[in-house]
Order: sequence, then C-alpha cells, then structure tokens
Amino acid sequence: MLDPKVSNGQPARTAREPDILPLEVDGLGYAIRGQWFLKDVGFTLEAGRRTCIVGPNGAGKSLLLRLCHGLLQPSAGTIHWATGSSRWQRRQQAMVFQNPVHLRRSARANVEFALSVQGLDRRAIRERTAWVLEATGLDHLAGRPARVLSGGEQQRLALARAWALRPRVLFLDEPVVHLDPAATRMVEELILKIDDSGTRIVMVSHDLGQVRRLADEVVFLHDGRLIEHSPVTQFLGDSRTAQARAFVKGELLG
Amino acid sequence: MNELSQSFVVAVDLISTLDPDLVEIVSLSLQISLLAVTLAALIALPLGAAVAIYRFPGRSAVVVVLNAMMGLPPVVVGLLVYLLLSRAGPLGEYGLLFTPTAMVIAQCVLVTPIIAALTRQTVEDLYEEYREQLASLGVPPWRAIFTLLRDGRYSLLTAVLAGFGRASAEVGAVIIVGGNINHLTRVMTTTIALETSKGNLALALGLGLVLLSIVILINGLSVLAQTIAARVEG
Repeated sequence: MLDPKVSNGQPARTAREPDILPLEVDGLGYAIRGQWFLKDVGFTLEAGRRTCIVGPNGAGKSLLLRLCHGLLQPSAGTIHWATGSSRWQRRQQAMVFQNPVHLRRSARANVEFALSVQGLDRRAIRERTAWVLEATGLDHLAGRPARVLSGGEQQRLALARAWALRPRVLFLDEPVVHLDPAATRMVEELILKIDDSGTRIVMVSHDLGQVRRLADEVVFLHDGRLIEHSPVTQFLGDSRTAQARAFVKGELLG
Repeated sequence: MNELSQSFVVAVDLISTLDPDLVEIVSLSLQISLLAVTLAALIALPLGAAVAIYRFPGRSAVVVVLNAMMGLPPVVVGLLVYLLLSRAGPLGEYGLLFTPTAMVIAQCVLVTPIIAALTRQTVEDLYEEYREQLASLGVPPWRAIFTLLRDGRYSLLTAVLAGFGRASAEVGAVIIVGGNINHLTRVMTTTIALETSKGNLALALGLGLVLLSIVILINGLSVLAQTIAARVEG
C-alpha cells in the first residue's frame, strides 16, 4: 500500500477526505442491440494499487474503462463507488484517452480550461496550472498551441491536464500505444509520479512489459468476460487460468 | 457587342473615379449586408451549435428543416417580411417597410438558416471528436457550445462568409421590402436589375463588377483563414 506523499510541493490527498474507493463493480454488462460486449464482470478495486486491465483486442477493456468512468451507461449490473454524490464522484475521477483531444489553444490554456470547468477561482487555476506544467516538464511548451505538439508531448499534456484536477482515480486507455520508446518511458515515469501523489491508476494495456513495469494487479478480460483478477506476479508467473497463461505466453486466443 | 464594350469602359471609369452614385449604393449595400450577417451570426452560431450538441425529440426533423431553409426562395422571404412590416401587418406600427431596416431584417431571415445549418454540420463533426473528452472533464452542454464554437472558429468563419455572400448577392427579398427607392434603399443588386431594364448598362455593369469582386474577395478571405488556421493552430 502506498502512503499519500507530498510531491512537488503539492500536498497529496489527505486521509480525512472521504474516499470514493474502493470501487465495486458487480454483474456489469454492456450490450448494443442484444449483442453483449461485456458480460457479468465483477471485481473490487481497493485503494493503493496500480491496476492494469489487459486482454486481447476486442476483449472489452476500453469499454470497461468507459463504463467505470461513467461515459457509458451499463446495460446490466452496477458500478458502486464507496462514498459521495454522483457529481462529487465524477470530480474525483479523470481519464486520459488513447488519442488525446486538446482544444485549439495553448497547452497552458488547455489545463486552465479543465480547471475552470471545476469552478476553481482564477488564482487557484493559475497556481495549479503552473505547478502541474512544471511537474510534468512541460513549462517550456506552455505557450505553444496544444495541437502542434508532438504525440508524446500531447499525451503528457493530457496527463498534466488530468493530474491538475487532482483526481482520486485516473483512468488511462492505452496512453502510449502510438508512442516511440523514449516518449513511452517519459509517459510511464509520469504515470508513476501521479500514482505517487496519491492518485489511483487504472490503466488499459496490452503490452505485458508495461504491465510488468507499472501494475500491482491485473484485471484480465477475454471476450467480454472477466477471466482473472490477480496480483501481477501471479498473473505473469503462474496464472490460475489457461487463457491467462496462453495470453502471457503470447499465444493467440481463440 | 460594341455597346457592351462601350458600357464596360464607362463602367470601369465609374469605378476608378469613385462615382458618387456608385459609391453611395455600394456603401449602403455593404452596411445592410454586414449588419444583417452580424445579427444572423449572433442567432445562428449558438443555434446551430445547440442543435449539434443537444439530443431532443424531433431533432432530426429540425435538422431537415434547417437544411431545407438554406434554400429559402428570397422572394418568398421578402413577401413574408413585407406582410409582417406592412401597415396592416403585426409590426406595421413601427413604419419599417421601405427602409434599410426592413432590408436588414429580410437578409437576416434569409441568411440565419444558412449559417445555422453550416454551423450545425461543423460543430457536430467537431463534437464527434471532442465528446468523450468534454464529458470526462464534466463540461456541461451549454459550455460545450461555446467551447466548440471557439475551436471551430475558422471553419465557422467560412459559414459566416457564405452567409454574407448570399446576403449581398440577393435581390428578390430586398427589392420587395426595400422598394428600391433612390438614395434610400437602393442597393447593388436592385440597382443592377433596375438599370439593366432601363438600358443604362454602364452603371449596372460597374456595380456588377464591384459585386463580383466582393464575392471573389470573400472566398479568398475564407481560403486564407483556413490556411492560416491549419498552419498556426494545427
């Protein structure tokens, strides 16, 4: 378990705040016109761990992330956060997408926009933006239009924008899938830094090397079903299920 | 043929010497159309964006009507505005018929659906890309309208310029509600129609050239805006 720490002068979340974790997902299903893309998925995400959702293409990983984040409404089952109103729960979450979408304005203004939506006053917005751009190593790019930044810089900006919201839980949907190794390393380091500040990381990945580097536990999906939810060492070393073992060995799953 | 080339020479002369009649007519035309398009844009941009973002019953019907209204026949718009503004009409007491104000109203009615329909399409395409990100950040729909209008500003400028082109080139509506009164409601298009029928081809041709140049200029500006946008904003 990770203790909340102080990172870059910004206090991490404190224990006295009510916590939306653990997240309990029960009997979750998602169907479009009678076809089930996710069925009967249930697990509990405790505080203080990094989770990777893994599985082959089309397993329902991104779908699961969107359902948990509330971007989609489940067709069956429940997603239950521990405390708070649904509005407050939303404020405690952020998400970084595979292809980050930035507004046609400067990198700095993109972070400021996200904060202004949360209703922070102008001074707090300025301070937090300055902090997060420095912490993510983007301050020298702050004035540049966000959309002309490189892929890696754009993804780091997306992480900065999400981090600035100081979420309790950060969902990431394959954040490095289009990036080269150097950019991937920077993004992964940033993810660990965000985790260190007390934000719970829940990330979709199909790169086992990345899972090994980042995850404490793995949620393994196949064909829209939860096959396994286990600690990363067990998943990579000696998984309980044949499908997981085959996936780790790199075999194609039928 | 000879008459045409003669008229052409006189027309160029009228433009190059800034003939007072010509200048008066061109300037009134521009004032009316600019005001009409400004008002239309203030209505149409948020309206088009709202239709693009909100999901409500009957939405597709609204989209169809909006698109159909892009092709509103100007004379019919002129007639409707005439009926509204004439002495016996609901707005008759303001005495607006046969004034530049009436022409602004008519052009505004004509152009609003054009800008709204183009805005709806542009913003809807943009929203497709932004929807999840905005939802994740918790941006409420009313705010998304302004965010998307801002991010689509260069494409939307093209929509507004298209509206201006339509407004300034239109004749049927303004001739009905303006009455084509000399020194009062005479604009480029109505003058061209009148002078041509009178056989005064030089002035008609001169105004025609100005009108053409304006249309070309507008299109040039809209291409320029897109180019700059692509380079600067990514």
